[in-house]
Amino acid sequence: MDFNDSPEEAAFRIEVRTWLEANAPKKVDTKKMSEPEILKLAKAWQATKAAARFTCMTWPEALGGRGATPIQNVIYNQEESKFDVPRGFFDIGLGMCVPTVMAFANDETKQRFVAPAVRGEEIWCQLFSEPSAGSDVAGLRTRAVKDGDDWVINGQKVWTSGAHYCDFGILLVRTNPDVPKHKGLTMFWIDMKAPGVEVRPIHQMSGGSNFNEVYFTDLRINDSQRLGAVGDGWKVALVTLMNERLAVGGSTGPNYAEIMALARSTVTEDGNALANDAFREKLADWYVQAEGLKLTRFRTMTALSRGQTPGPESSIGKIISANQLQDLSNSAMELEDQFGIITDTAIAPMEAAFQQSLMWAPGLRIAGGTDEILKNIIAERVLGLPGDVRVDKDVAFKDMPTGR
Amino acid sequence: MNFDYSDDQKFLKNEARKFLDGNCTSAHVRKVLDNADLSYDADLWKGVGAQGWLGAAIPEEHGGLGLGRVELCAIAEELGRACAPIPFASTVYFLAEALMLAGSDAQKAKWLPKIAAGELIGAFATSEGPGVVNAANLQANVVGGKLTGVKIPVTDGDIADLAVVLANEGGKPGLFLVELAGAGVTRETLKTLDPTRSVAKISFSGAAAERLGDAGEGFALTEAVFDRAAVLLAFEQLGGSDRCLEMAKDYAMDRYAFGRTIAGYQAIKHKLADMYVKNELARSNAYFGAWALNVGAAELPIAAAAARVASSEAYWFASKENVQTHGGMGFTWAVDCHLYYRRSRQLALVAGAPKVWKERLVQQLERRNAA
Repeated sequence: MDFNDSPEEAAFRIEVRTWLEANAPKKVDTKKMSEPEILKLAKAWQATKAAARFTCMTWPEALGGRGATPIQNVIYNQEESKFDVPRGFFDIGLGMCVPTVMAFANDETKQRFVAPAVRGEEIWCQLFSEPSAGSDVAGLRTRAVKDGDDWVINGQKVWTSGAHYCDFGILLVRTNPDVPKHKGLTMFWIDMKAPGVEVRPIHQMSGGSNFNEVYFTDLRINDSQRLGAVGDGWKVALVTLMNERLAVGGSTGPNYAEIMALARSTVTEDGNALANDAFREKLADWYVQAEGLKLTRFRTMTALSRGQTPGPESSIGKIISANQLQDLSNSAMELEDQFGIITDTAIAPMEAAFQQSLMWAPGLRIAGGTDEILKNIIAERVLGLPGDVRVDKDVAFKDMPTGR
Repeated sequence: MNFDYSDDQKFLKNEARKFLDGNCTSAHVRKVLDNADLSYDADLWKGVGAQGWLGAAIPEEHGGLGLGRVELCAIAEELGRACAPIPFASTVYFLAEALMLAGSDAQKAKWLPKIAAGELIGAFATSEGPGVVNAANLQANVVGGKLTGVKIPVTDGDIADLAVVLANEGGKPGLFLVELAGAGVTRETLKTLDPTRSVAKISFSGAAAERLGDAGEGFALTEAVFDRAAVLLAFEQLGGSDRCLEMAKDYAMDRYAFGRTIAGYQAIKHKLADMYVKNELARSNAYFGAWALNVGAAELPIAAAAARVASSEAYWFASKENVQTHGGMGFTWAVDCHLYYRRSRQLALVAGAPKVWKERLVQQLERRNAA
């Protein structure tokens, strides 16, 4: 048992580090920059990476990758995370959407789209979730009706990350409401700038707008934009979701180290907060959870390093981290006592990081699979427990009861 | 990255499971549970000795197999899974580790071969009453090589041949080796929550005691032994937690209520998923402890604390929710759930309660920050 690279991995790490030191852009203070300005920097960095084949690394060379092993991909991400480069704009497109296009589109479409996406010239988004189809995404209602060689699309998507700066998207729609829900879906790619597509930002409870609603009003697309057979949309969507990138990234938001620093400088009813027994017990729990998750990622990496398929242990990550962020943020605010209510970044400790995390954490517990769905997945796919009773299994979509 | 058992270690673990599947069934555990006169399963103890497990981590020069601590962790995981009713932890994790940590060459040469050969049962005696023993309340005292005082509880104290005892000598705390068959030792077996592991009160009145390690280092050495034992115990706890999840799953799959298997109800599925999450967190922390113990890393104190906290929490949760998943059957003597419920408490307390370890963990964090 050790944490060492194999000789080949060590050599690759040095190659990556050398390249990053020579090519990674200098640290910029992005706090005062607008999103389009940051996006411009991100596109430039993506182009640099693509030229050196340090993006989409596990893809074949013909598609812009370098046929790398998954562990090489992890090593690159680890090394890149030590640099302050713009990131996050291309993950969904290159991690989920473009692989779906590669798996289901014709050669002409692949020729047209894959290379510009790899170079960061065009960005893709994923249009699956709807206001009445979240965890049960197969219950979506956006309709596509055939009209000659075209399809006409009406409906609404929601929680679409990056829709406002994306060029293209993959869109899951209902093409047949007369069959059970999973069987009446079809996947298409669409131009996000086409007439009939309207993107509206969602005003989140946290105050920000990181996601969008996307409305379709008589959007007309050609049948050649179809990905997979008519009625096979669910099968195609599963391929998209399977391509979700191995999450080896760091955590989001403050952790045990930050709250420990806060406690050290905070006076409570019985002296310094760090001397409080109840606080110390919680601190130990947070440490054990955070270290446990980091070490669990090391176990996943070990499997990759040995050329094995990682076990299901990585599925515990978001359940733990999202709940911990919420709990830890709340504890930090309570440490601050009356002062904890202040969110003014100029006054609140740590520029109000804890208050911001408290407002962000509920979203983290929902996005990318709610706590409840993730537990179902662990129960069914990891432990092998049976699925729930499906009352909608053999019911035509149009006959399904609907609520809100 | 190489943060998992190797193929050889997995093979050893699998062999251990096969041996215990045959030699440590629930019937073996219950034999000790149901018979107040039995303190351990002597046949299993002999068998485990014959497998070489007692000397797995003892160097070859002292009669052991000279394997690493990770191999010992793999064995511990299987012993925990089987709820083995033997004094393995007292003898191997506490006594042998204490000797290897602090023993003189002569002490190691005298005792380690006997441990490896299965000729000796050990015990580690620090506690003197409810709460944590410390420099201010430690009563046991050595004068002129003779120990006087009372240690309670001492796990396996009624069957042990050799104990490591924490006591003062000339005002300085130290560890002492005491042969329990000698004069001046009175032992009384105590009733405990987990009768599959025996516990004694030992009264010393002028028992011959030989210092183990330096004078004045008694508490530091105790902590260092606890760090080592905590990692190994964490693997026993992990093995038990995994077994509880399996039992709960197997029962839920076969139990029908309201027209279908209860394993399909989300209340049960989420409970079992919570068990899985806690078990995996415990496994990752335990592996880190195994690594730190194996290479003698400076991180051992914090790694041991994290392993102990995570595995104690996982086993408590898994053992109590396993009873709950079994419903009324889980509350009967006949069903095995209570064996694990009992053992989860025994393991969580034997090297100091989780609350104490959380405090030790935070002290390590503070030390790291100060450095």
